[in-house]
Amino acid sequence: MSKTKKQLLTTGALILLGICILWAQSNFNNYTLRILNLSAIYAILGVSLNLIFGFTGQFSLGHAGFMAIGAYTTSLLIIPKYYKEMTFLIEPLIWPFSVLQLPFIVALLLGGLFAAIFAIIIGLPVLRLRGDYLGIATLGFAEIIRVIANNIPQITNGALGLKGIPAYTNLWWTLGFTVFTIFVIKRLIASSYGRALMAIRENEIAAEAIGVSLTYHKVMSFTVSAFFAGIGGGLLASLLTTIDPRAFMFVMTFNILIVVVIGGLGSITGTVIAAFLFNFMLEYLRPIEQGFDLGFISFPEIPGLRMVTFSLALLVVIIYNQNGLMGKLEFTWQGLFDFIDRIKNPKNSDEKGVS
Amino acid sequence: MLEVKNLHVHYGGIHALKGINFSVPEKKIITLIGANGAGKSTTLRTICGLVDKSDGKIFYKDKDISDFETRERTLDGLVMVPEGRRIFPNLSVYENLQLGAFKRNNQKEIKSDLNWVYELFPRLKERLTQKAGTLSGGEQQMLAVGRALMSRPELLLMDEPSLGLAPLLVKEIFEIIEEINEQGTTILLIEQNAYAALNIADYAYVMETGMISLEGEGKELLKKDEVIKAYLGA
Repeated sequence: MSKTKKQLLTTGALILLGICILWAQSNFNNYTLRILNLSAIYAILGVSLNLIFGFTGQFSLGHAGFMAIGAYTTSLLIIPKYYKEMTFLIEPLIWPFSVLQLPFIVALLLGGLFAAIFAIIIGLPVLRLRGDYLGIATLGFAEIIRVIANNIPQITNGALGLKGIPAYTNLWWTLGFTVFTIFVIKRLIASSYGRALMAIRENEIAAEAIGVSLTYHKVMSFTVSAFFAGIGGGLLASLLTTIDPRAFMFVMTFNILIVVVIGGLGSITGTVIAAFLFNFMLEYLRPIEQGFDLGFISFPEIPGLRMVTFSLALLVVIIYNQNGLMGKLEFTWQGLFDFIDRIKNPKNSDEKGVS
Repeated sequence: MLEVKNLHVHYGGIHALKGINFSVPEKKIITLIGANGAGKSTTLRTICGLVDKSDGKIFYKDKDISDFETRERTLDGLVMVPEGRRIFPNLSVYENLQLGAFKRNNQKEIKSDLNWVYELFPRLKERLTQKAGTLSGGEQQMLAVGRALMSRPELLLMDEPSLGLAPLLVKEIFEIIEEINEQGTTILLIEQNAYAALNIADYAYVMETGMISLEGEGKELLKKDEVIKAYLGA
């Protein structure tokens, strides 16, 4: 398939997505829109975590920390001045946040940038660690961020959190940034940088022996990942309109980790599918928490049973299908056409194989 | 081309290399043979910078590279084929080969080198889109060699290329090593398979417990009693 044809198809799909968003914004109720927005934000976070964990093979559990940085930065830059005066009762907000009010897009990008800067500072020493140890260190970092957020009321308003964040987030923003994230990370993966990242994932010694600089590539991947985590955090803050340090506990990272593992480590497509699946399941599974009667046995009301379901799903994935939904496969136009072709002429299927 | 002078390496309290000296002249095949634990792999890894030396000097092209990082050493044509193949199992054969040329930019040259590798290993060409992890042991070793060649090595360090291969494949790999050498690449070969290695080597060193105990021309060493007793079985 020619390159122009692919680009044409992609453009067409994007326009179709735009029409869908336009339609959804006016026809879906707030409840459905909220779930869609959350799904798109989870897709951004999942794809960014996949870059460092799935493609580079570095087990990072610091996503909630980067989200917190992005969320607080974005919020402080978009909350109107009078709201800030109202919210910061214990200690007044420090300059320059007290006077600044920026457009949403600028605030989001600055939030991402801040998270990225932190990622460089943290990444340089921490990315020398491997495997579980890296996981523990990054988890520690995320907790430190949360504790700091609790204890600097002049910036974060401490445990009271920020309120009155303007609700700019809508499907245009969330899905727009999802597309942007996928585009950037896909281009990165397809470049020689991406190959180097995968080489590091596969075998660090061999990667080093062919001249890949481990530190540089790991930190770069970590930074890009944190940038999008920061943007995801900013979008989330504006969706919820209120944030406090408890929103960025380890559970947040764990949720995204579920999305990435179920979707498939090293598959952007899988992550996006899993992000939507995760959020919709989370809502549709609500009834099981209200207690139910199977006839011979009845369950009482147990809050939190939904999460147990996900833990079970995760176990099933880990035991029976370690590659997740998509493994390392990606959606491609070529693949789609081959698939349609195979359904039409089942005879040819053996000769072509999976693309 | 490569000069190793009084090289010492410690792993914690263990003195793994006890001051070894050897040199690798240009366009030759030099081999280090020895039993397990003699320090062969350590020597190679130290030359690459994957292990830190505790004393001594390494000169490459008359330049002291003792304190260079691994990456800086690979820039100037010093390339290693690591032990146990260490290919990238989840990437395709083609991606593996492309990664070998990671430090190069000239697409034309990369392409011609790719064709050269295909010529050396026709079997790799047949399996370009296959995941490298699904190749057989011998094919993986060929891929590891092919990948190293893609970075245009001037000095190729090979760590036990015959490890775990069937005798017929060992023969094939060694023929290819000779061919690569004939095309102008200097080779430092580390082997347990002393017979095969000594047969193609211009000069050889025998290592024992971190020291070089014997040296000489490859074919001569083959006739020496000590070597026959220790490594070839008589």
